Amino acid sequence: MAKATKNNTLKLKFDSLKYAPAPESKSSATINAQYDLFINGKFERPLSKKYFDTINPATEEKLSSVADANAADIDKAVKAARNAYSNVWSKMAAKERAKYIYRIARMIQERAREFAVIETLDGGKPIRESRDIDIPLAANHFFYYAGWADKLDYAFPNQHPKSLGVAGQIIPWNFPLLMAAWKIAPALATGNTVVLKPAETTSLSALKLAEIIQESDLPPGVVNILTGAGATGAAIVNHPDINKIAFTGSTDVGKIIQRATAGTNKKVTLELGGKAANIIFEDAPIDQAVEGIINGIYFNQGHVCCAGSRLFVQESVYKEVLRKLKDRIATLIVGDPMDKNTDIGAINSKQQLETIHKYINIGKKEGAEMFESSCALPRKGFFCRPTLFTNVAQSSRIAQEEIFGPVLTIQTFRTDDEVIEKANNTPFGLSAGVWTDKGSKIFNLTTKLRAGVIWANTYNKFDPTSPFGGYKESGFGREGGLHGLGAYLNVHS
Amino acid sequence: MAVINQTLAIPDFSLSPRIDHVGVEERASRFTKRSIKAETKVNGLKLTLNMIDLTTLEGKDTNGKVKQLCYKALHLHDAYPGLPTVAAICVYPSMVSVAKKALGNSGVKVAAVATAFPSGQAPRRVKISDTKFAVDNGADEIDMVISRGKFLEGEYSFVFDEIAAIKEACGNARLKVILETGELVTYDKVRRASDIAMYAGADFIKTSTGKVSPAATMPVTLVMLEAIRDFYYKTGKMIAMKPAGGISKSKLALHYLVMLQETLGEAWMNNHWFRFGASSLANDVLMQLEKERTGVYQSANYFSID
Repeated sequence: MAKATKNNTLKLKFDSLKYAPAPESKSSATINAQYDLFINGKFERPLSKKYFDTINPATEEKLSSVADANAADIDKAVKAARNAYSNVWSKMAAKERAKYIYRIARMIQERAREFAVIETLDGGKPIRESRDIDIPLAANHFFYYAGWADKLDYAFPNQHPKSLGVAGQIIPWNFPLLMAAWKIAPALATGNTVVLKPAETTSLSALKLAEIIQESDLPPGVVNILTGAGATGAAIVNHPDINKIAFTGSTDVGKIIQRATAGTNKKVTLELGGKAANIIFEDAPIDQAVEGIINGIYFNQGHVCCAGSRLFVQESVYKEVLRKLKDRIATLIVGDPMDKNTDIGAINSKQQLETIHKYINIGKKEGAEMFESSCALPRKGFFCRPTLFTNVAQSSRIAQEEIFGPVLTIQTFRTDDEVIEKANNTPFGLSAGVWTDKGSKIFNLTTKLRAGVIWANTYNKFDPTSPFGGYKESGFGREGGLHGLGAYLNVHS
Repeated sequence: MAVINQTLAIPDFSLSPRIDHVGVEERASRFTKRSIKAETKVNGLKLTLNMIDLTTLEGKDTNGKVKQLCYKALHLHDAYPGLPTVAAICVYPSMVSVAKKALGNSGVKVAAVATAFPSGQAPRRVKISDTKFAVDNGADEIDMVISRGKFLEGEYSFVFDEIAAIKEACGNARLKVILETGELVTYDKVRRASDIAMYAGADFIKTSTGKVSPAATMPVTLVMLEAIRDFYYKTGKMIAMKPAGGISKSKLALHYLVMLQETLGEAWMNNHWFRFGASSLANDVLMQLEKERTGVYQSANYFSID
């Protein structure tokens, strides 16, 4: 029996933690050598005649080449969408629209494995997450909004909800298929048609969705999917015949869109960046809270707009939380995203990895104390160890700016009022987390924190029935739930 | 009451950490997502065999039945060379001398359930003499039950003192304290009972008698492993863990090992610090090992049922 030793010398050992490789098979997914633009129900060569490569960020190998749509391609797609809106989709009985949406949901489920493999190959996220979270949630969004399609008058009683027309939708690279579902499902349910652009590093799952949409016999032009980078997105934002812009992405681009749509009739929703406070009180269930911290910041490599990137721990439990957090980080498996045991996969792109490294260096220069997992990283591909910084101030840049990577900053606090003030002291306001055993404390904080989504004793939970969106520079408008319908309708009271 | 460890400050057990049941169940289910293949699987299965407390706790047990079980403990499946033995045989006190003789100096331990197992509804002096009887007959380990009625009434000092008294009666035998988590119901209470047992001198904390449903579950075991972790960090003492009852399939046993490894680390990954209380698990593990070795499943008829 071990003799009682001093606490600070004790250490659990996780060095030998290693599982035999358990790779998911790539054979369930077909990826074409080249993809065209999905316009008016057909895959068409781009008028731009240009293509760009999409790579696997875990191996840096090319997966496919994808069309680069220009303004003329966008115009063609908007015309198709307008035609489909005026002549087919807006005239169709709502319950008929619902049938198509249900069909798409079921087809996503049927081909879930293929979607999961493509999402992981193209985006770098662990297969466990694409399989268990991204793809099932994407299908659920279609199921959920299919149910609303013929019940809009009940959702907005006496307000005569009317569809808007053509929606231009621009989505990010962190949850490619899920974000496409968040955008397309409510737009279709409310009777709008869609021109959607996936992010340039993660086009493949949206193109696979286009194949499903084609197979589902959805009338041509109702959904158009065009790939490309920033210029393609700008062409959507600036197109005069688009009635609605829905954007999820960085706050910088959100500001550009806001300027470009000012003075137009376009309805806009923006879901932008975040720098969420995750707050641990001394009476919290600590072991579960530690799990919530991990899930809050290291889920999807930290590429999550609502990530709990600013941790606030009440000073009386700070040492305990930090020790448990470091132990837990030691058990995180970083590596091949296709391995079923991987917890943290590849950073989405070289550019993003450089951004993360930039912030890690800023953190060191600012005098914050860094701790990172001691795990080995694969030689090829873009990988980053789960990292945390202590000795951080509110004025530190790493505590102010969105890093969008597996980097956590930790601060302590003494009183409820202090932590509320610090948590709100940010230009962002997307999400927050509160951990306490006391219900009254939860309600006190949720009414005072300026954030669109607040989780209590959990983190990063998503559901189609629950609205999601931000305050302040995290954007405006809500996606999901009943609120998500309103963003695609004109209502008159 | 005997003072077991003067260096330990005894905490107020009503202040034991609270457990969020949604969170702990989610974490437990996450361990089941680990995919255990190839050599990791074979090593895990062999380790599982080596961690089993092969158990028979029936009123109808006879000397002959116990002797057969002891032979099985040493010869799990002779068709597969190089297999380990189980960790221990777990029997009633009346069978200890039979088991001890059958196992000889093989290294396989004899564990005896004592203290009016499984209900624990007896006066303390009866429990102490039950324990002493088992120890005097050669038991290496004692599996005691706590007084759940007293615990649920909030009589934590009674429960604490009782465990301490049994620990003293154990002498050199290692003490496993059965919480009977199926009767405690909430994770908060499982955590509190774990803390009481460890501070009172338990060498092991154990989930269940196997006579009450539900027996061991992964979330309950996780709560207890986390209690062990906190105790280790507070005192420097390692405490062993034994989930018992309801673990009869290899796959589930491997999930438990994943949970153990990722919660307490490699120091606990041996049968000194972790046991499975099980009667039918061994044969399922043997079947899986043969499948890994030969590529095909054999029928249950090829594995002895002792």
